[in-house]
Amino acid sequence: MNAINFVYLAAILFSIGSAAVLLRRNAIVAFMGVELMLNAANLALVAFSRLHGQLDGQIMAFFVMVVAAAEVVVGLAIIIAVFRARQTISLDEPAELKG
Amino acid sequence: MTSLIWLAIALPLASAAILLCLGRRADAWGHWMGVAASGGAFLVGLGALIELLGKAAEDRAVDTTLYTFIPGGDLHVDVGLLADPLSITFVLLITFVGTLIHVYSVAYMEHDPDRRRFFAYLNLFVAAMLLLVLADSYLLLFVGWEGVGLASYLLIGFWNQKREYATAANKAFFVNRVGDIGLIIAMGLMFTSFGALDFATVAEQAPSATTAQLTAIGLMLLVAACGKSAQFPLQSWLGDAMAGPTPVSALIHAATMVTAGVYLIVRSAPIFDGAPDARVVVAAVGAMTLLLGAFIGMAKDDIKKALAASTMSQIGYMMLAAGLGPIGYAFAIFHLVTHGFFKAGMFLGAGSVMHGMKDQVDMRRFGALRGAMIVTWVTFGLGWLAILGIPPFSGYFSKDKIIEAAFVGEGWQPWVFGGAALIGAGLTAFYMSRLFFMTFHGKARWTDDQHPHESPALMTVPMIILAVGSAFLGLFLAVGDRFTHWLEPVTGHAEHHDPVLPIPVLIAATLTLVVIGAGIAWVKYGRADVPEEAPAASLATLTARNDFFQDSVNRAVFQRPGQHLTRTLVYLDAAVVDGAVNKQARGWAGLGEASRRLQNGQVRTYAATMLVGLVILAAVIVVGGL
Repeated sequence: MNAINFVYLAAILFSIGSAAVLLRRNAIVAFMGVELMLNAANLALVAFSRLHGQLDGQIMAFFVMVVAAAEVVVGLAIIIAVFRARQTISLDEPAELKG
Repeated sequence: MTSLIWLAIALPLASAAILLCLGRRADAWGHWMGVAASGGAFLVGLGALIELLGKAAEDRAVDTTLYTFIPGGDLHVDVGLLADPLSITFVLLITFVGTLIHVYSVAYMEHDPDRRRFFAYLNLFVAAMLLLVLADSYLLLFVGWEGVGLASYLLIGFWNQKREYATAANKAFFVNRVGDIGLIIAMGLMFTSFGALDFATVAEQAPSATTAQLTAIGLMLLVAACGKSAQFPLQSWLGDAMAGPTPVSALIHAATMVTAGVYLIVRSAPIFDGAPDARVVVAAVGAMTLLLGAFIGMAKDDIKKALAASTMSQIGYMMLAAGLGPIGYAFAIFHLVTHGFFKAGMFLGAGSVMHGMKDQVDMRRFGALRGAMIVTWVTFGLGWLAILGIPPFSGYFSKDKIIEAAFVGEGWQPWVFGGAALIGAGLTAFYMSRLFFMTFHGKARWTDDQHPHESPALMTVPMIILAVGSAFLGLFLAVGDRFTHWLEPVTGHAEHHDPVLPIPVLIAATLTLVVIGAGIAWVKYGRADVPEEAPAASLATLTARNDFFQDSVNRAVFQRPGQHLTRTLVYLDAAVVDGAVNKQARGWAGLGEASRRLQNGQVRTYAATMLVGLVILAAVIVVGGL
């Protein structure tokens, strides 16, 4: 099986993830979209690692996983804090930074 | 007493301060304190006169330095008072006439609720005027100069509840400011040329200055004199200044303040000695104003305005004399002194007439007042004879000397200046006789509710004293050229020059013109009936009646263009200077406004923007082959 197909799959997953971030109002779902995008990037990194026969991409993927784990912690904490303050997790609701 | 001459200024100044500070508490006795302060100043002046008379002529100048006014680098000015024959002459004129007018005002202003304030202003005026004439430097003179301007403003607008009176006060103030600028510029020029502003240094240094410098200073001094003395072209304020109470017109706008310009010119003799061109301009301005005032006086029906025009004309004589140089200085001051007496006397007479006629000023509604007011008639009559220059009354000795001096010289000058002075004498005779006959002779043209009566003794006694002065002061001072010799230390000794026409011819011509002028006035206004309404008049009469349209001319030449200029400048300021800044600021504000809309607070929009940016970057990398 050609490794380039993994890259296509990664592109599709990334598009789905970004669509979820952009189109869904629910913060949890958008967050899931973010995770999907991160993992799509991981998949692409690993695929390119395989294509080029180098380990750099795989090492990078581990870093991304670590960062994603940390991001989940912080992100969910923010979502909970927003929910406590506003009783909603809609992404459109907080717009205080409107210029 | 010359070392105590500062008392002459301090007394009225203190009185003015007390009267103004105490307010209504001083209402009962304030006017008498004003009289006392002015009288005290007169006694100080008298003491100084006696002391000066006891000295040799060349020692008759005592300069007392009181304290340092401005101790600044190159400019060092002391407050010093100079008692010399010229300043003491003025001190005596101001305080003597001033005290009489103070006494007169006690009765004249009796029914005015603000009489105390009136006396405070009068005292302030006397103090400022004395400072003006006693100052030993131009800068200190300027302090007094502004002080009399302020007092004049306050007194013209004394009844400022009437709008036009307040306007008249403003007008006098503004026109005087124009003259003041001249004095300020003259002082600046003096400082750059001589490095000092006191009379002694200026007189010492003037001969070494260039003619151009002296001419510039002289012309600027003339501008100052024109403003204060109502000379052409700054004469327009004097007629309106008659809005003030009549004693004010007598003291400030006839006897003293308006003659300050003549004083300035005579005091600046060292400068004018070196600037013959400036002197010719002074004489020309004097000659012109002399005729202008006479023409205006011929057409006015308001007794005070006719007298004001006459004042303007007589000061024109003084200016003419001052412009003639050393041969004229003494006569200018001589005429100034006699004029101070007879014009103040006539103004007080006019006040007495108004007092008896319920403040009527239209001469067409007077007539036949001789019977009702004997004292006023006699005193006014003496003033009238004096201003006409009938021998042996005062005016003859002073005015005829000016006419003689005006005929001295070479080329066109004696004929023009002398001719103007000679014609002026005839015109003066006509308009003063017209005024006199319309007021005191002919048929009574009073309105129904008028019952003319003589004024109280407090008013008539000052009039009598001034009338005696009008009659005999000239003779007293002219005997043996007493007054000329007295002034010689200041004005310098003038060589006797023969006029271009023999003196007897000039005297005869003057007297003939005077008699003709008075005769015409008698035929037209004494014997014939005077219509109660001013008849339709020729263009010339209308022109004179409207003061030669001076207000319209000023409006058209100065006010309107000035307004346009300021409006243009304001517009340019708003459109160009402020405009550039404002437009730039508005541009940045618009930019901010536009970028503000990008920040809508929607997280998903930001995310989309980021994605789009990312896609664009990726596309650039891929397509550009980077």
